[in-house]
Amino acid sequence: MNDAKGGGTDQPRAIVVGHGEFAGGLVSAVGQICGLADKLVVLSMMGMTPEDIEGAIRAELARTGAKVIFTDLPAGSATLAARRIVHDDPDLILVSGVNLATLLDFVFNTAVSPTEAARSAAERGKASLIVVGR
Amino acid sequence: MAINLYRIDDRLIHGQVVVGWGQPLNVRFLVLVDDLVASSDWEKELYRMAIPPEMEIYFADVGTAIRDHARYASDPRPGLLITGDIGSMYRLVKGVKAIGSVNLGGIHHRAGRAEKLRYIFLTPDEERQLHELEAAGVEVTAQDVPSARAVPLPEVLDGDSL
Repeated sequence: MNDAKGGGTDQPRAIVVGHGEFAGGLVSAVGQICGLADKLVVLSMMGMTPEDIEGAIRAELARTGAKVIFTDLPAGSATLAARRIVHDDPDLILVSGVNLATLLDFVFNTAVSPTEAARSAAERGKASLIVVGR
Repeated sequence: MAINLYRIDDRLIHGQVVVGWGQPLNVRFLVLVDDLVASSDWEKELYRMAIPPEMEIYFADVGTAIRDHARYASDPRPGLLITGDIGSMYRLVKGVKAIGSVNLGGIHHRAGRAEKLRYIFLTPDEERQLHELEAAGVEVTAQDVPSARAVPLPEVLDGDSL
């Protein structure tokens, strides 16, 4: 687990969890593009049990006050763990299937609450998937 | 037999199972055998929502899985059966007597377990149960993803593959 570095001074607004180095790579890209990687906390789940993953997410939520969890795969262990956490706390929101467009939209959207920003960012992320060619 | 893989994985439904194995094996149904999950509507809904629409999922406690195994095995679709712990698979194999191989997919660190592979940690009692399965003619190998080598149980227990 590591805090991603980037611009800005506020507390992180979301936790990003994924397989392998996916979360770190995505947040690194956010930092490179706009310098706002410090709005996000990276959690790696490699080698962790479901209970460990859930505990790590809960600990980061408590430490940072973040209200949003981004995960990579709907069937993934992190998503299942996050769904348990969101089930217990209706103030939290989970977005699964996160991509770079989602995170970029999220970190820039400070005019609304993090949970509202996450809902909006999810729509942007869906729209960013395009297919070119025949 | 329609069940192509009998897997022990403490994460139950997750990426390696649904995508890593599910796609190359063209899995169309999953049998999740777990006493706790089978008794909880919330847990069942949690796992049901994690699988893609082309897959069907059945939930069973060990006793039900033993009783219904012939039905799973006669299903013409490719299937995958998963338990979250060695004890449940041990009871299932003993009760069914038609399971020829078991895949160790992910048994992670907990107090009392020793590391055997980076994704396999075992207690002495779990080692004994796996030994018993092999002695009964069940092939036990460790393999987290299809592209990895299937590590035979003696090699797993030696810890030489760490």
